[in-house]
Amino acid sequence: MARVVVDVMLKPEILDPQGQAVVAALSRLGFDSITAVRQGKRFELEVDGELTDARLDEVRQAAGTLLANPVIEDFDVRVETPA
Amino acid sequence: MSTRIGVVTFPGSLDDRDAARAVRLAGGEPVSLWHADTSLGDVDAVVLPGGFSYGDYLRAGAIARFAPIMESIIAGARDGLPVMGICNGFQVLCESHLLPGALTRNAHLHFRNRAQPMTVENTETAWTGDFQPGQRVVIPIKNIDGRFVADERTLDELEARGQVVFRYTGENPNGSMRDIAGVCNAAGNVVGMMPHPEHAVEELTGASVDGLGLFTSVLRKLVAA
Repeated sequence: MARVVVDVMLKPEILDPQGQAVVAALSRLGFDSITAVRQGKRFELEVDGELTDARLDEVRQAAGTLLANPVIEDFDVRVETPA
Repeated sequence: MSTRIGVVTFPGSLDDRDAARAVRLAGGEPVSLWHADTSLGDVDAVVLPGGFSYGDYLRAGAIARFAPIMESIIAGARDGLPVMGICNGFQVLCESHLLPGALTRNAHLHFRNRAQPMTVENTETAWTGDFQPGQRVVIPIKNIDGRFVADERTLDELEARGQVVFRYTGENPNGSMRDIAGVCNAAGNVVGMMPHPEHAVEELTGASVDGLGLFTSVLRKLVAA
């Protein structure tokens, strides 16, 4: 069983109001050195069997089809624990 | 024979009954469609209603886009079937790539519900023929993910091709780019809008009856076809 992590972030040009709310709260709490926050999503996928290139491609396809909306989001796929 | 308009119920749809009621008040025959169905039966048009399909757990409309019924709706829409997505239905249509852009969290992070003034920018679509160009209408909005976004090139194309169907007037309720409240596809048969026309069909409960125009427009168009 391999674990693959998919990180999904709003594209840099898309306004991230949640990140802005978080950075404003951090500043109120005195964390003055943090000047910007963008909030994303992390998906942890368990993949059965050996993690072949074909299976990894399938994960990339799943990420671009359902996990992320490529109109507004970028995604990054990486292997955390190979089988 | 009356004109049959399908209204899809996804798990989490809230406004399917209101949409069916609006169809009936406009003079059509509402037909309930279930998300797990694969056939549209013999409906002449489809409404994707508001609500929180599949809880909107991943992104608004993202999971509903892969519901079995959507395969027939996407194929039908490409063949000219009139389809209207309201609020969550608009999000489903964008996630399906039947409409450009995406709907993201309201810029101010607040849920907004109020009677919203808008202008009708395009009266050539299957759903807006009963309006006058530039007509002011008031239709309720209620959303947290209502901010229409697209890249500048897409926005310029939408403007140039007349695909902006509704534009907010007065205060923009959610930070939508270029005040866009609703768009259509290039053919004009698919329309998506964040405001809820099905909530503006009766004097007693609506801020206006301006919403009825969407439903009468498509019925007139289908009868004329």
